[in-house]
Amino acid sequence: MSRFQVVSGKGGTGKTTVAAALALALATEGKRILLVEVEGRQGIAQLFEADSLPYEERKIAVAPGGGEVYALAIDAERALLDYLQMFYKLGSAGRALKKLGAIDFATTIAPGVRDVLLTGKACEAVRRKDKQGRYSYDYVIMDAPPTGRITRFLNVNDEVAGLARIGPIHNQAQAVMRVLKSPETAVHLVTLLEEMPVQETADGVAELRAAELPVGRVIVNMVRPHLLDEDALRTASGGRRKEIAKTLTRAGVTGSAALVRPLIEQASEHAQRVELEREQRAVLADLDLPTNELPLIGEGVDLPGLYDLAVELRKQGMGDEAGQGVGA
Amino acid sequence: MRAGTEPGTDARTDAGTGTATGTAPVLDTDALLDDPDIRIIVCCGSGGVGKTTTAAALGVRAAERGRKVVVLTIDPARRLAQSMGILSLDNVPRRVPGIESAGEGGGELHAMMLDMKRTFDEIVEAHAEGERARAILENPFYQSLSAGFAGTQEYMAMEKLGQLRARNEWDLIVVDTPPSRSALDFLDAPKRLGSFLDGKFIKLLMAPAKMGGRAGMKFLNVGMSMMTGTLGKLLGGQFLRDVQTFVAAMDTMFGGFRTRADATYRLLQAPGTAFLVVATPERDALREAAYFVERLAAEDMPLAGLVLNRVHGSDAARLSAERALAAAENLDDIGIVDQTTGKAGLRDPADSAVTSPEDPESPPSPARSEDTQDADTEPEADAVSVEQLTAGLLRLHAERMQVVAREQRTRDSFTALHPEVAVTEVAALPGDVHDLAGLRAVGDRLATDSAPAGAA
Repeated sequence: MSRFQVVSGKGGTGKTTVAAALALALATEGKRILLVEVEGRQGIAQLFEADSLPYEERKIAVAPGGGEVYALAIDAERALLDYLQMFYKLGSAGRALKKLGAIDFATTIAPGVRDVLLTGKACEAVRRKDKQGRYSYDYVIMDAPPTGRITRFLNVNDEVAGLARIGPIHNQAQAVMRVLKSPETAVHLVTLLEEMPVQETADGVAELRAAELPVGRVIVNMVRPHLLDEDALRTASGGRRKEIAKTLTRAGVTGSAALVRPLIEQASEHAQRVELEREQRAVLADLDLPTNELPLIGEGVDLPGLYDLAVELRKQGMGDEAGQGVGA
Repeated sequence: MRAGTEPGTDARTDAGTGTATGTAPVLDTDALLDDPDIRIIVCCGSGGVGKTTTAAALGVRAAERGRKVVVLTIDPARRLAQSMGILSLDNVPRRVPGIESAGEGGGELHAMMLDMKRTFDEIVEAHAEGERARAILENPFYQSLSAGFAGTQEYMAMEKLGQLRARNEWDLIVVDTPPSRSALDFLDAPKRLGSFLDGKFIKLLMAPAKMGGRAGMKFLNVGMSMMTGTLGKLLGGQFLRDVQTFVAAMDTMFGGFRTRADATYRLLQAPGTAFLVVATPERDALREAAYFVERLAAEDMPLAGLVLNRVHGSDAARLSAERALAAAENLDDIGIVDQTTGKAGLRDPADSAVTSPEDPESPPSPARSEDTQDADTEPEADAVSVEQLTAGLLRLHAERMQVVAREQRTRDSFTALHPEVAVTEVAALPGDVHDLAGLRAVGDRLATDSAPAGAA
């Protein structure tokens, strides 16, 4: 498994949930995972039922396997001040820049600087090592911007390296691109079995490939159980209504005659949906990528639900495999 | 197509899962669309809730009710764009063919897809002379800026809305908001850009160009050289020169930007604008919707109501989930004579309720449905007993009733927080919308609070 796992997806597909579940899944015994958020929505804190995350790496969960998950909400402004401090020891000058509006300019207006800072901070965490030369985090998981923006977001450093042709920003941008285009990185796309998210996933994969960014997996989220076979249904609509009514009565349902029509209608809608899902699965299969499926959690994902999804991901081979991922 | 099912009976009246929502007023969509004083409808909400579809459906309905409408979409799914006949990304409103207007005035629908860069370029071209415009358009800093950084899309959407309104060619402009990283962005964008343009930093950057050499500017120039020194080290000298050239060249346009941003903001607050918050009956979407409602109130923006998309119901709502499941289990007991695989694993798609008892050679495997592909041609050779079939129908119904109850609870908690917000429910459609007929169907549902035909 790549050490930097970027999770993107169309809005509403649950990418934050999948990123969090993936972090838990990878956190087997002794492992340290960093889960980073870049859109300032505090979605991770909400999922883990914690207070809003500050701009610091903070332990947020201990996984079932005994590993630890840290979380960080990257703040572009603070990240920029960090950089200034790191490269120029600009303690008070940094504050002066802020007063002048330069920091605001850089993080909200200047093209791409914000994205440079966010990707740069994440890559720094990926590369960071402790005194013994071990990686500080075995894996870094990013809850990334949505599919429509992900390629531009990850590729921003290429653009910046072109704009700022010399200087430390140029060098930094190139260093980040080296991590992002290496096998150390994998970009996963979360989708639902619906037409628009699947189409967007296909477009996103094409864009990522064109930009030579490493595409990881497709993760189909909120997959509903199939309760009834479509073939059985075709039989049902073919004149077994009376039989079904009788059977309903036998099963203890009163007023069954009036229920047969709506029940069969619901089943036919279900069959229609299954058919649409089958079509979408075929589109996804054409992408020729490893695919995972996560079940729908009806009530919305709460903390126990998140752990369930992590177990599911491990079952599907997305957990940490022994002997992998720990580098020195 | 998460909702994925045909409309059923309105959950609120039939599901019997609670009474609290009876207090929420119903949004009268047609009254809103017909009101000649309403000139702008803004659809906002979190990603993936059907904002763009809602905007398009409102546009179709308003046009067919006789109004001259333009729909401004930001980033529509390709097929939805095609459904309205917009194939080219040319930033110009195009008339949508196939609108059947009932009104005597002859309604029309126009639609356009926002081209962010084109909109930005147009502003430059409109406000700068030929040579200067070319210098700006060719500046690498400008090219990056206009191609899209955080906030540009939001700003350009507002700019375009202001332009369309100023042309005064349409009775009604329906706009869907960009898929912002946060709910605030589209409201904040004009202000943020405005405050940036008024900022000290920009003034500093522009200082040499504006008043280079003038006495009394020493302090500024000292500050400037400190700044440029630092930024030059960080970004490289060429980058900074590009920024300076760009800022100087844009100088004349900045006043206009600020003025227009303020005007658009005031336009949104005016009584001729109506905001619709779009959501689905799911926890996260409604949490975001509540946030929008509060935010709009704080900004004095006129909220018309909440559009609740993909609501489920059931025509068999008098049969509760519990009783349906109990009946299904009774049938399992009847059906199971010599094997024990009759129970449907609710969480395991491979272990379906309809494993054939008559066919012990067919193991419950994903390939099973292909194995029984021929069963429907010879009904006597039933792959499925009537008990199993009926149990399957009952389990499916139980699942539907659970969805209905869950959606009702989520909705109730929203209504408890914001009882004043008028709501219209849109019953779930079986598939995605890709033509005018589909948009019309959504429009019908928007206007009738989803009491679909055939509802009990």
